[in-house]
Amino acid sequence: MEFLIDLLQYPFMQRALICGVAISLCAALIGVVLVLKRYSMIGHGLGEVAFAALSLALVLNLPEMYVAIPIVIIASFIILLISQKQGESGDITIALVSAAALAFGVIITSINKGFNIDVYNYMFGSILTLKPSDVAISVILSVLMIMAYFFFYNRLFMITYDEKYAKVCGINVTFYQFLIALFTALVVVIGMRMMGTLLISSLIVFPAIIARRLTHSFKGMAVMSVIISILCFLFGLVISSLLNLPTGASIVMVYIGVLVLSIIWKKIVK
Amino acid sequence: MNIIEIKNLKTTYNGHTAIKDITFNISQGEYVCLVGENGSGKSTLLKTIIGLNKKDSGEIIKHIEPDKISYLAQNNLVDINFPATAKEIIMTGIQRHGKLPFYKKEDHIRFNEICKLLNIEEIVNRQIGELSGGQRQRVMLARALIRNPELLILDEPCSGLDINITKEFYKILNRLNKETGLTILMATHDLDEIENENARVICIATSVKFDGTMEDGLKMFQNDVERK
Repeated sequence: MEFLIDLLQYPFMQRALICGVAISLCAALIGVVLVLKRYSMIGHGLGEVAFAALSLALVLNLPEMYVAIPIVIIASFIILLISQKQGESGDITIALVSAAALAFGVIITSINKGFNIDVYNYMFGSILTLKPSDVAISVILSVLMIMAYFFFYNRLFMITYDEKYAKVCGINVTFYQFLIALFTALVVVIGMRMMGTLLISSLIVFPAIIARRLTHSFKGMAVMSVIISILCFLFGLVISSLLNLPTGASIVMVYIGVLVLSIIWKKIVK
Repeated sequence: MNIIEIKNLKTTYNGHTAIKDITFNISQGEYVCLVGENGSGKSTLLKTIIGLNKKDSGEIIKHIEPDKISYLAQNNLVDINFPATAKEIIMTGIQRHGKLPFYKKEDHIRFNEICKLLNIEEIVNRQIGELSGGQRQRVMLARALIRNPELLILDEPCSGLDINITKEFYKILNRLNKETGLTILMATHDLDEIENENARVICIATSVKFDGTMEDGLKMFQNDVERK
C-alpha cells in the first residue's frame, strides 16, 4: 500500500491516473455501442491508422495530436460509411484500411529514423510519455464526449437496437452514425499514448464484452462496462508499476482475467 | 377522409420491379389488409409508404403528420441476446425528429397506459430475448402504439407465431381499430383470422389485383384455392 501511495507522488503517475480514468470511462461507453452494433474491429483499424498518423507526424516534426486527431476522425467516418454499405462483409473494409495504414506507417518510420523509442512507445503505450498537455486534451475531450453521450443516450440506444425503426421515426440516423465514428476516433486518439496503437481497441471492446455477459439491460451494460473499465485500468496500472511491465499490456491481461472469471460466473449462475 | 393517397406507384428492388401501377386511397379509421403471395411486393409497398424504400415514380400523398404514422416490422428481434429490457425498447417509440432525446413525465404515463392496454405490465423489466414470440410481438406493438399514431402500418406481424397467439394479436388490433379509430394497414397471410367484418382487402401481385370487402376477399381466396 505504501508503495502505491509513494507511486502517486510522481507527477507522471498522477497524469497516468487522470488520463487513464478519463479514457477508460469514454472507451467503455462507446464500446457498448460498437460491440452491440458489431463494429468491434473499428477500434483496431483506427489504432493502425493512428500509428500511420503518428509516424507521419514524427517525419514532419509536427505535434502528434494535431496530425492524428483529424486523420483518425476522417478514417473513422470512411470506415463506418463503407462498412455500412457493405453490410455483413463490412469487416473487409477495416482489414484493408488497417493493413494499408500499418504498411504506410512502417514504411514512413523506416525511411525516417527506423523503429526508435518514440515509435515503440506509440505502438505499445507508455505512461512515461504522457505530458501535461496530453492530460489537458484527454480531460477536455473526455468531458465533452461524456456530456454528448449522456445527452444523446436515448437516441444512441435506439439506433444501436434498431436503426431501421429509428429511420421510420424520422431520426437522422446518419448524424448519429457520424457521432459514433467521432467518439470512436477520439477514444483512439486520446488513449493511444497510454495503451499503444496496437492495444487501444481492447480498451473499447473488453469492458463491453464482459458487461454484456453480466447484465440484461442496455443501461446496466453501460454502467457495468464503465465500472469494469475503470477497475481493470487501476488494477492494470498497479500491476504494471509493481512488476515493471508495459501498462497497456498489463491492462489487457487484467481484462482477460476478468473475462475468464465472468465466463465461469455465468456458467455457475446458469 | 383520405389520410393516404397512392397514385401509380412504382418501386424497384435489387433491379427488379417489385411494385408498379399501384393506386389506392386509405381513409381514416379503415382496417386494410394487404394480401398476396410471397414476393408479390407487399413489404416493398409498405416500406415505400413509410420511406424505407425509395419510389421510382408515382405519388404518395399523406394527409397526416409523419409523426402520426407508426410501423411494426416482420421479425423485429434484431439479436436474441441483445441486452435491452422490454421497457427500454418500448420507450424508443416516443422518440421523434425535432424532439429532445429525453423522456418526460407524460411519456412515462403513456408507457404505463400502453402496457396496461396490452397486458404486458409484468414483463416490461425482462430482457427482450427472454420473452416468448407472442410477448415480444406485443412489446413491439407497444413501441409502435406509444407514439399515439393515427395510422399503424404492420408488415406480417404474426409470421412465425402460433395460431392462438396470432388470434390474440388480431383481437387486439380489432379492438384498437373499433374503439380508438386507429387506421390499420397490414400485410398479412392470415385473412381467415382477422375477424373484422368491416376490413378491406387489397390483393397485390406487383400491381393491385383486387380491392374490396373482407367478404369478397375471402370468396376470392376460396375460389383461388379450389382452382388450384
